[in-house]
Amino acid sequence: MSNVDYKILVGLEIHVQLCTRTKMFCGCALSFAEEPNSRVCPVCLGMPGSLPVMNKQAVEFAMLAGLALNCQIPAFTKWDRKSYYYPDLPKNYQISQYDLPLALNGYIEIPTKDGTMKKIRIRRAHLQEDAGKNLHTAGNFSQVDLNRAGTPLLEIVTEPDMNSAAEVRGLAEELQRIVRYLGVSEADMQKGHMRFEPNVNLIITRAGQQFKTPIVEVKNLNSFRALENSIDYEISRQLDQFLETGETMEMGNKSTRGWDDVKEATVLQREKEEAHDYRYFPDPDLVPVEVNEQWLNEIKSRLCELPLSRRLRYIKEYGLSEYDAGVLTNERATADFFEEAVKKGGEPKRVCNLLTQVGLKLANARGCNITELGPNACDIAQLAKMVQNSEISATAANSILEEMVKTGKGPRELAQQLNLIQKSDVGELDKIVDEVLKDNLQAVEDFKAGGKKSGKARGFLLGQVMQKTKGRANPKVAAEILDKKLA
Amino acid sequence: MDWQSAKHLRNKIRAGEIKSVEATKAVFEHIAKVEPIVGAFISTFEEQAIARAQEIDKRIAAGEPVGQLAGVLVAIKDVLCTSFGTTTCASKILANFHAPYNATVVEKLLAADAIIVGKTNCDEFAMGSSTENSGLKQTVNPWDTKRVPGGSSGGSTAAVAAGLCYAALGSDTGGSIRQPASLCGVVGLKPTYGRVSRYGLVAYGSSLDQIGPITQTVEDCALILNVIAGHDPADSTSVDEKIAPVSDYLEKLDEPVKGLRIGIASGLNAGADEQVRKAIDEAIKTYRNLGASLIEIDMPHFDYAIAAYYMVATAEASSNLTRYDGVHYGHRTPNPNDYIEVYTKSRAEGFGKEVKRRIMLGTYALSSGYYDAYYLKALKVRNLIRGDFVRAFEKCDCIMTPVSPTTAFKIGEKTDDPLKMYLSDIYTIAVNLAGIPGISIPCGFDDKNLPIGLQILSPAFSEDKLLRIARMYEKQTDWHKKRPLI
Repeated sequence: MSNVDYKILVGLEIHVQLCTRTKMFCGCALSFAEEPNSRVCPVCLGMPGSLPVMNKQAVEFAMLAGLALNCQIPAFTKWDRKSYYYPDLPKNYQISQYDLPLALNGYIEIPTKDGTMKKIRIRRAHLQEDAGKNLHTAGNFSQVDLNRAGTPLLEIVTEPDMNSAAEVRGLAEELQRIVRYLGVSEADMQKGHMRFEPNVNLIITRAGQQFKTPIVEVKNLNSFRALENSIDYEISRQLDQFLETGETMEMGNKSTRGWDDVKEATVLQREKEEAHDYRYFPDPDLVPVEVNEQWLNEIKSRLCELPLSRRLRYIKEYGLSEYDAGVLTNERATADFFEEAVKKGGEPKRVCNLLTQVGLKLANARGCNITELGPNACDIAQLAKMVQNSEISATAANSILEEMVKTGKGPRELAQQLNLIQKSDVGELDKIVDEVLKDNLQAVEDFKAGGKKSGKARGFLLGQVMQKTKGRANPKVAAEILDKKLA
Repeated sequence: MDWQSAKHLRNKIRAGEIKSVEATKAVFEHIAKVEPIVGAFISTFEEQAIARAQEIDKRIAAGEPVGQLAGVLVAIKDVLCTSFGTTTCASKILANFHAPYNATVVEKLLAADAIIVGKTNCDEFAMGSSTENSGLKQTVNPWDTKRVPGGSSGGSTAAVAAGLCYAALGSDTGGSIRQPASLCGVVGLKPTYGRVSRYGLVAYGSSLDQIGPITQTVEDCALILNVIAGHDPADSTSVDEKIAPVSDYLEKLDEPVKGLRIGIASGLNAGADEQVRKAIDEAIKTYRNLGASLIEIDMPHFDYAIAAYYMVATAEASSNLTRYDGVHYGHRTPNPNDYIEVYTKSRAEGFGKEVKRRIMLGTYALSSGYYDAYYLKALKVRNLIRGDFVRAFEKCDCIMTPVSPTTAFKIGEKTDDPLKMYLSDIYTIAVNLAGIPGISIPCGFDDKNLPIGLQILSPAFSEDKLLRIARMYEKQTDWHKKRPLI
């Protein structure tokens, strides 16, 4: 076999469920796991004579997301009907946007392995209504639950700019963070708020010649893991298939596959792309949307700093590690909380440690976000300042934070109650150091001998001081006294 | 039954001179006698109607206020959803369909204390010009029971003509109120697109459909329009009243339009039968005697209206009717082999021939590769036609034409030739494409004693003026008082 080299190309379609108060074209509330067909009305049931009315909040959420993805928001956009028959689609057409989407020509930046940023182009983003769900649990019959029908979905389509499964995952996660930051989606994967459909193929170079493998669309992936694994699987499958058959991309040989979570493999759904004719045409029941400058500016004013730029700023401005910056900016509530504590006088690194080592762990365990734990940003700042002023040790601060969450008491009260205030009293520490020196003559000798042993002996003696004070000696003050006495 | 208008009846009921219950019983007695011949109704609600009438009488006796249509017996075309009875669209596919809600216009009628007599027959899904396409029953013309009442709102116009109700609602997508009104000798108004909420009107051609009154007089027409007009938050295509205010259409109804300029397109009337042409000429002469002047107008794109209409309307219909699939409601084929058959067989069994023809036509027009050549081109023609009217109305207040090229034709006469049937709407169709209002008023009879209608058209949202123009003629003539001898 000759030497082959390959490059993978992935474009992604992402469906994001918006967290609007009501459905896309009617007044029904959005629902999850409710009694089947309990959140429905004549409009989302597609009853004869019913008419859709556009949900303005959904349009504004979509505009906001479009702006965050650096898209143009055209001044004129409209609604189109996409026709296909399926039992979960009550009108047998879906109200969507065809040739004039609400947002287009944007990009999203993701960090790459080598630390640089990569721009993934966004082709378009448009709004549409979701379908219901078919249930096949009633023996000979299938049932349809239309609670989900009419839920607003933002469909985001990227260019095929991603070249690894990790990049695809990176983009998906970044997008999840962005829509959550904007407050336009809960983006809860478990509830199917984000669904992915990657288009994957390879460019293979063999003996100086390039070949493109047929494009495969993997349908309806609803976890990052499935997304990443399905692409990795496709890479090897497409490579094998090419080496075996030599088949390359042609008109009409795009196929559709699904992901089997158990087999950890993609499985063929449709061999050839059927000549689907959705017979798109403008929905005569809805008026087009005209976006004037005033409205657009109003939406722009709702934009916030996005997770990526916040992450970079934390590294640059606060000197945090890439990892810590990532953890803190993952959710907007955490980042906002962090910044507020810093504003109240907490040292960034100190606050970061308190939040990442204790706060987020407790929040995770309780399934809440950091603002819901109890202590507010002022409490955290005070706690950090107590460490900064050497009133307590960093370790003590962590224990105090745990207690604050448990008891709801303030940091100072707890420090006293738990006897964690550091001893900085020179006189008292002086006495203790003297005792330690008296009890450890060998170590004093070792120190005085100099060389390698000297440093070790000093550390040992300082350790003894800390032990004698049960860790409450201010290490800085104790060291100073010790050094003076040893000199 | 003595002839009296809806307004007259309402006034007498309000004054306590006639009991609403008596008027209601009288109508149902008449229905019992005449309906077996006419076949105007798909369903009637006698018990419910009498109960409502009793309640209205009680309120009047107690001196409580009653609505604008207190005790007026109204029939509604069975393409309007009602939470009571069935909403069939005269189709087998919805023969047993019970809508879970009332159309906005039905709510408005009920809020005005109208009494719903029943739901009237029509062409299946309002597709047709003779009511012969009903999948459920046949309606005849009260003036000659061997002839069609016109369509698609033929049940509503026949009911008004035969005195089975005092007023009715119809829907008009290409002439479906005006043409049967003309053929039955009653008044029928298609309001401007967006004037009346379409919420609850089962859609045929969504960008063309409009609900309107069918009455014995122009005055009754204004009365009903007063009740049903206005913006509806549930219909995005209903017009904001800040942009196009709703008037009290009765207020200035009797004020003639001074210096009325009537637009006439020479050649336009040429296709009509001689007797129809003569009646129209006579009507125009009446207006001239009232001081109106005639203005020659040019409608260069009028000839393309039927072609454009059958692209736009069928395209929209093909999409609107995809929801009737046997899955969620309506007729479902009894023994499907798989879910695809639920669709194909339910639809094959449930829809009639003309509906299938239009679904196929519209599906074809929207198919990829044909969209630009058919649907998009039709939209362009539509814009040109709209422009023709805008230019014409710069020179005149209204345009007058025949409603239908012929008087009522014989049952079965055109059923084998859909194109010939489509031509019955030649004068009405352009009006829906342009979205402007149009009214049909009785203007004479042919030698077979069949009614002839005059069509008057006016600019968008000028129903107040249109009704005043129609009223000018009504006051001079008594065609509207002539009733069939059924």
